[in-house]
Amino acid sequence: MNQNNVILNTLTYVVFFMIFLFSIHIFLAGHFAPGGGFVGGLLMASGLLLLYVTFDLETVRKMLPINYSILVAIGLLFALGTASIGLVAGDAFFTHYFNHFQLPLLGDSELHTAMLFDTGVYLVVVGVTMMIIESIGGDQ
Amino acid sequence: MIFGVMIICSIVIGISLLLLVLRLLKGPTTIDRVIALDAIGVSLIGLIGIFSIIVDTAFYVEIILLLAVLSFIGTISFAKFLEKGKIIDDSSKK
Repeated sequence: MNQNNVILNTLTYVVFFMIFLFSIHIFLAGHFAPGGGFVGGLLMASGLLLLYVTFDLETVRKMLPINYSILVAIGLLFALGTASIGLVAGDAFFTHYFNHFQLPLLGDSELHTAMLFDTGVYLVVVGVTMMIIESIGGDQ
Repeated sequence: MIFGVMIICSIVIGISLLLLVLRLLKGPTTIDRVIALDAIGVSLIGLIGIFSIIVDTAFYVEIILLLAVLSFIGTISFAKFLEKGKIIDDSSKK
């Protein structure tokens, strides 16, 4: 980091967390409103891309020591595990369960197993996008 | 009343979008084209906001935020590419 771009650095500290929170919001808003795991994962990847653009490759790797191929594997495991719940319970593969629960702060809320599948999609999208960006950006 | 105002505003933004596309196509330098692209993003945000008022729904607010994020990152990347020659620095290869 030999350059001293104060405006971009200061902006990134604020905007990265805004993008991160918006990604979480889009991810949780799925199923009944526009959103879902795929769009949330892409937004999270674009927020990480902002970090890569502001700082350099080595700094971000030191900041977030994440192996993205392991992230993809965890996401695929989530998706497969959610799909296999139906097999264990004696229903068809990919059966979707939901019910109403009384949660402490949120009140009456509807919980789905599709949410767990969406978590897997989120992790896979973030992992694959960041793997592509790292392999393109790191190759000089 | 509010409907007529919104129609007039969207027509004005549409005219400015056409002029921006003209600038994007024939801009003399790359800097002009990048600035035109950023201004197109901002104008699209305004147009979607007006459309959201016309059809009276709040679902478009998330699309506005998404477009703002993508336009911001695109402009930052273009500016860094024009300034430094590469988008992602690699300090380990020096």
